[in-house]
Amino acid sequence: MARHSVLGTVSAGLVALVVLSGCGGAKVGDTSSGATGDCGTFNLAINPWVGYEANAAVLAYVAEKELKCKVTKKELKEEVAWQGFGTGEVDAVVENWGHDDLRKKYIDEQKTAVSAGSTGVKGQIGWYVPPWLAKEHPDILDWNNLNKYADQFKTSESGDKGQLLDGDPSFVTNDEALVKNLNLNYKVVYGGSETALIQAFRQAEKDKKWVIGYFYSPQWLLNEIKLEKVKLPPYTAGCDADAEKIACDYPDYDLDKIVSKKFADANGPAAQLVKNFKWTNEDQNTVAKYIAEDKMKPEDAAKKWADANADKIKAWLPKA
Amino acid sequence: MVAVAAPTSQPRALQHRKSLVLAGIVVAWLVLWVLFRNVWTLSLGAADLTPLHRWINDVNDAVGASRNSNPVFLYFFNEIRLVIDEFVTFVQALIAQPSFGRPVPVIGWLGVVAIAGFVSLAVAGWRVALLAVAGFVFLGLQGLWQESMDTLSLTLAAVVISLLIGIPLGIWAGLSDRAHRLLTPVLDFMQTMPTFVYLAPLTLFFLIGPASATIATLIYAAPPAIRITAHAIRSVPRNTVEASESLGATRNQTLVKVLLPSARKTIVLGVNQTIMAALAMVTIAALIDAPGLGKTVVKALQTLDVGTAFNAGLAIVVLAIVLDRVTTAAANERRGLPRWALFGGAGVTAVCVYLSYTYLWAAEFQSDVEIGSSINKGATAVTEWAQDSLPVLTGGFKDFVTFALINPLQALLAESPWFLVALVVVAVSFLVGGVRSAVVSAACVALLIATGLWQDSMITLASTLVATILVMVLGVVVGVWMGRSRRADRVIRPVLDAAQVMPAFVYLVPFLALFSASRFTAIIAAVVFAAPVAIKIIADGIRAVSPATVEASTALGSSSWQTIVKVQLPMARGALTLAANQGLIYVLSMVVVGGLVGAGALGYDVVAGFSQGQLYGKGLAAGVAIVVLGVMLDRLTQAAAKRWTN
Repeated sequence: MARHSVLGTVSAGLVALVVLSGCGGAKVGDTSSGATGDCGTFNLAINPWVGYEANAAVLAYVAEKELKCKVTKKELKEEVAWQGFGTGEVDAVVENWGHDDLRKKYIDEQKTAVSAGSTGVKGQIGWYVPPWLAKEHPDILDWNNLNKYADQFKTSESGDKGQLLDGDPSFVTNDEALVKNLNLNYKVVYGGSETALIQAFRQAEKDKKWVIGYFYSPQWLLNEIKLEKVKLPPYTAGCDADAEKIACDYPDYDLDKIVSKKFADANGPAAQLVKNFKWTNEDQNTVAKYIAEDKMKPEDAAKKWADANADKIKAWLPKA
Repeated sequence: MVAVAAPTSQPRALQHRKSLVLAGIVVAWLVLWVLFRNVWTLSLGAADLTPLHRWINDVNDAVGASRNSNPVFLYFFNEIRLVIDEFVTFVQALIAQPSFGRPVPVIGWLGVVAIAGFVSLAVAGWRVALLAVAGFVFLGLQGLWQESMDTLSLTLAAVVISLLIGIPLGIWAGLSDRAHRLLTPVLDFMQTMPTFVYLAPLTLFFLIGPASATIATLIYAAPPAIRITAHAIRSVPRNTVEASESLGATRNQTLVKVLLPSARKTIVLGVNQTIMAALAMVTIAALIDAPGLGKTVVKALQTLDVGTAFNAGLAIVVLAIVLDRVTTAAANERRGLPRWALFGGAGVTAVCVYLSYTYLWAAEFQSDVEIGSSINKGATAVTEWAQDSLPVLTGGFKDFVTFALINPLQALLAESPWFLVALVVVAVSFLVGGVRSAVVSAACVALLIATGLWQDSMITLASTLVATILVMVLGVVVGVWMGRSRRADRVIRPVLDAAQVMPAFVYLVPFLALFSASRFTAIIAAVVFAAPVAIKIIADGIRAVSPATVEASTALGSSSWQTIVKVQLPMARGALTLAANQGLIYVLSMVVVGGLVGAGALGYDVVAGFSQGQLYGKGLAAGVAIVVLGVMLDRLTQAAAKRWTN
């Protein structure tokens, strides 16, 4: 009895198999994938912010389309990505914010990485307020007036002082020293992530709440909300030499590219592309907007920009 | 059977005196706090380092620099990496990634769904098989087939390795007191040491790739398997074991024939917890390029795209629920399946696998009915609604809890001179657990001071205590309800599973809008993550109380309330202790996530250490401080629990 059923089921299965394969459809392997050129594999680190993603997307698009490279994107935080230069798993980091500590360690000491020049994008770090606040109290944009408003910035986290919201721990912050040395009646509260900062600013603009916090440009949120930067005592060379005594603004950053030594020495097509890559804040903002606001896939965003900027891309390609 | 009300081990007068002393300590603390507030608090600025922190940085740099020449790397770590990499890549090649020169994996979606259905059918029965098939098809409909399979591959690999290591260790710790004592601190360390601390070094040892991601996952996921296996073996009644021994059984026979079968149900709870823990790591592992759903979540959150992140998070939840139900049902006694069904199922599965190997339509999930974007839109709409209409209410609630509970506790702990807090901790430990507890606490306090992060530790301690109290309140209330009502259990359990494995950041984005970046937000996040564990353990404990006892109590005219308080809770006190213990450890494992949403203190130190090279040493020290806090609180609660249960 049982045996009969087994046979029955198996034969039913076989019948189903024959029927299905009859009306099958396309078979696996019918179409072959495109061949890769002599460029080889290009290991591109993707650090977790949208501006970086914009740089990387366009570079990857050009490397694949024009140079026929096989691009492997690796999503990594900065520290881990730099570490990858030494282990040979990362070829390039294509937007670097200063990071003097990493430079010292990997470029000067371990000699596994080299700089590949500017991306053309200028980075700025500072204290920002939502636009409504800058409009209603324009004098808040000067640090001298901050103490006047300290009471307004009080929160459950800042006790009897105003709250200065710090966020992303990825960048160096001098804010505790600044608050102390500028005699501001504020307490630095660590939001701990970019998400926390963005939510705070969004909420502040929508509900007209008082928020002042650490932020930076270029950043996709600035396309949505035009945050205003508060003027701190101007940066002069060396004014940030002693971390304890800093009483000046953050320097402007020339965002650059870092590549692994091996990758640079081999000087293949992808390495030349990375070295030649240079665009502007405006270009990056455009692609970042496609990704962040229009929710396009990075590949599609890159293609859209590339199609409109063929001449710029031509200048990046290796000279034959 | 354990007696319901064991006599108290101490005369009442002594206990009364102890309470008085305890009250005296608190009063003295308050007075001294007023006198010496904000002096000798050992505070350290966010960017400041101690010599210890710098030294750890140097060690880290030295290890990195010697990577290519050190034989330990060349012959030890590389071998481990190779084996694990091969294993994971093989599983991925089977179900997730294009492989062997083919543009698609070996087994396509139809084959995977069939296998999932068949395995569930064979080990867990029809209903679970149906759930498994529906769940897997749902993943495809979400538009996340490949990502889900990548996550499944990594999870399976991590869970298999965890169990291979964990169950034998658990049995050992269950049988030997010495092994138990040896393993417990190691497990505490593995479970409470924040992943962020070892994530970057892991990639140094095992490179960027599946091996590092798997190892990161299993460090966190193996401890529950070990702990719960040991607990299961230990809770087999003494007289059962004695009966077996008196019948002349050898140690091995007793283990295989008596201990393991009696402990099987609980051990499977450990397997469940391991799977859940592994899935909880999916997002963090994505930070070192682990493939799968975690990446989708991380990427979506860069633009605060809650909809997309929720869709991917939901896929993780679906995977978790399917895997959980299959393993749970597999543990329960069932009538075996008739032969013909097994063979038939195997035949159909083979056909499906063949089809998915050969034909594109069965290999790549393509569907006109795509529900991912609807889920995405729905989640976005709900989030926006909540963010727009609730903050007035929630903000007030946050302020109330902060000012009434968190601030006073934190002021007392973090703004007292360090030696005052240290003295109080040691004295209370002595009262609660005698000399041993006092010594352990003193050692922990000394270690905290040595990390250079005393004040940050005290701030974190305050939040942790508040969160744990909330977890236990929820645990007892919901756990008792679930333990007494099958229906409640059926409805609530999936919600608990979802809360445990839904990546925290998905709900933290709206939470940030509701509660701002604050310590309270961090506490809520910890409660969402830790309460499910406590609730489940308590529910199982309540259910395990023998029905006869409960009936007897009811027959004697006890009300439901009396039955719960006088019979069920006291008899489930083993479960309560375990729940408090695990709840605490899960809260501590969320300290770092708390650091991402405004908790500051140790959590922020760890996050910053992961992000900035020069803060690495401080981050590691903060990680150690979290572990030390965990050990101290754990030992204290256990001592208190022992006093209470005797």
